[in-house]
Amino acid sequence: MRLERKDLLGIRDMSRDELDLILDTAGPMKDIIGRDLKKVPALRGKAMVTVFYENSTRTRTSFELAGKYLSADTVNLAVATSSVQKGESLRDTIKTIEVMGFDLIVIRHSMTGTPHYVARNTSMRVINAGDGTNEHPTQALLDMYTIREKKGTLEGLKVAIVGDILHSRVARSNIYGLSKYGCELRVIGPSTLMPAEIEKLGVKSYHNLDQALEGVDVVNVLRVQRERQQSGLFPSLDEYANLYMLSPARLRRAKEDVLVLHPGPMNRGVEISSSLADGAQSVINEQVTNGVAIRMALLFLMMGGTRDEITN
Amino acid sequence: MLDPANDINAVMDVLVEDGIIKELKVNIIDPDAVVVDATGKYVCPGFIDMHVHLREPGFEYKEDIASGTRAAAIGGFTTVCCMPNTDPVIDNAAVVSFVRQRAARSGVVNVLPVGCISKGQAGAELTEMADLVAAGCVAVTDDGKPVAQAHLMRNALDYARMFDLPVLSHCEDIGLVGDGQMHEGHFSTLYGLKGIPAAAEEVMVARDIILAGMTGGHIHICHASTRGSMELVREAKARGVWVTCEVTPHHLLLTDEIVGDYDTDTKVSPPLRSAEHVMALRAALLDGTVDCIATDHAPHHWESKDCEYNLAANGISGLETAVAAILDGLVEQGELSLEEMVRLFTTGPAEVLGIDKGSLDVGADADITILDPEIAKVVDPERFYSKGRNTPFKGRTLKGWPCMTIVKGRVVAQDGVIVGG
Repeated sequence: MRLERKDLLGIRDMSRDELDLILDTAGPMKDIIGRDLKKVPALRGKAMVTVFYENSTRTRTSFELAGKYLSADTVNLAVATSSVQKGESLRDTIKTIEVMGFDLIVIRHSMTGTPHYVARNTSMRVINAGDGTNEHPTQALLDMYTIREKKGTLEGLKVAIVGDILHSRVARSNIYGLSKYGCELRVIGPSTLMPAEIEKLGVKSYHNLDQALEGVDVVNVLRVQRERQQSGLFPSLDEYANLYMLSPARLRRAKEDVLVLHPGPMNRGVEISSSLADGAQSVINEQVTNGVAIRMALLFLMMGGTRDEITN
Repeated sequence: MLDPANDINAVMDVLVEDGIIKELKVNIIDPDAVVVDATGKYVCPGFIDMHVHLREPGFEYKEDIASGTRAAAIGGFTTVCCMPNTDPVIDNAAVVSFVRQRAARSGVVNVLPVGCISKGQAGAELTEMADLVAAGCVAVTDDGKPVAQAHLMRNALDYARMFDLPVLSHCEDIGLVGDGQMHEGHFSTLYGLKGIPAAAEEVMVARDIILAGMTGGHIHICHASTRGSMELVREAKARGVWVTCEVTPHHLLLTDEIVGDYDTDTKVSPPLRSAEHVMALRAALLDGTVDCIATDHAPHHWESKDCEYNLAANGISGLETAVAAILDGLVEQGELSLEEMVRLFTTGPAEVLGIDKGSLDVGADADITILDPEIAKVVDPERFYSKGRNTPFKGRTLKGWPCMTIVKGRVVAQDGVIVGG
């Protein structure tokens, strides 16, 4: 099997078969990361470029590393020092990159829909590494992989997503992905950070964290950005922490074997208590490792061959 | 023949002489006349679009009076009102004269300028409205920019009242709009774009109605797009407030669902709304709440649409598709009678503006629009006369098109082609 689509722009329009294929392919990729010699020739001769119009530590590094483990030539376009600073349009930047011969572009952009625009205008394959407040598909895939690895299945799990749901592309991609596996989804946050008609996405929304944590299998904690407070959406980080910080005491309402996820970077003491971030239930570091495996799987399925090739 | 102003809906002939309507009668026989055979078609008073951005002067790369009026003629319009957010803005008599001269020289339909409410559209000082009226303005507006200060709108309504001048209001509370990109609702949540709530429009509609009631001035709500706006206008009309409103074909026919591909041609201000709002607008067409249909024709250069959604300009190039879209989407579907449609494009806007247009009165200018209800065509922006190809109707097959446009007795457009270039 291989991924037939040209681009990976979001989880929303993906089928469960496609998601299964990616998650299943990430397993053998993770084995490669665990080896002493972490290199396979699967994508030798292929070239990819990461273009990040927004800051990133883990997503960008893990895409680059994933490409390198698979022997693709990987290049980072440093947007801060590129022609973008001279006012070049996105259309021209993308065309320039395309004619250099890249097979695939990984793009992050602060504006929703930009990877879709790029995909329509280039023959390169496009992976969305986060667009505005829309989707962050590889984050959701690595979250799903992490949960599935620990719990054995995604089917029917109760998952809570806590924080700034309104602006979170991680939340959207997780909702679109997990709902395809019949998870019971709960989103929790202040009403000013909750999108319009959120329950139409098949989730239940809560403003009270304690209530929402009752009996959940997984809690995914979102980063809260200071600029949201400054734009008047909530009064202070202190009040936010009082109402929504995940702490050991609050987590006792969840199932005993609950998993705590966070996409990073964390604000310790704001959305998650420090002890919990480093605690036994936290899988935050595993998420990062799995992120490399998931991105290897995607690059392989999009630029290389079939899953059988890597497992046999 | 359909002439709502004279209550005519019958098979008849019209005789035009020297650009004037000479006679309306069943079976006119005049051996010297050139005969236009409109059998099986609808002969109507020339359509009026009271909300058009012709972009000249200043933005001729988007549109100019020559291209915009040709687009109007193709779309079945014999009269357009041009909005003043040009460069320089139309805020004094000199610019009005310039626009009228350009229209006389390069235009092919009647162009009625609309002046600014405030000098430089800066939202501070009133324009010299008496002078604007004397120069030929039929209304005032700061369209494109809402009048943020309530006291300025109060003064504008109060002052314009002396000249029976309608004040056209682009109703949007800028703070509530924020950096929103589409209607706020289920689809903004689904697509991850920042939403613009219906309330952003409604709070200002409410404010302007209150101010119109207080001053006795005439407020006209531009491109009204929400259920709440319709309720406010309906209620105010019942109380006798001098309020009128227009709706656009795109707000009547398209919903926010189509934003899903992030196609920037779907980006417009106010945004395409959800189905519930679309249904409310359609209901308001039928009960008299809506006075007219106007395009808010907003042509843009391709570069300002071929970019990131957030960076794309707002607006739809609407002149060439408006009538066909309404014929196909509402009349053909049985939701709106042809007579009602003609009224909304003729006497409706003429009454809002207080102009002597929109009828086939004997002695009136021979502005005539002929519709062919049977012809079906695909919307192909590449063939537009407008310089703006930005339309979300592209690729759709529409049934029912204007087939002839006559301005002051002269055929300016026929079968989708401008006559005489």
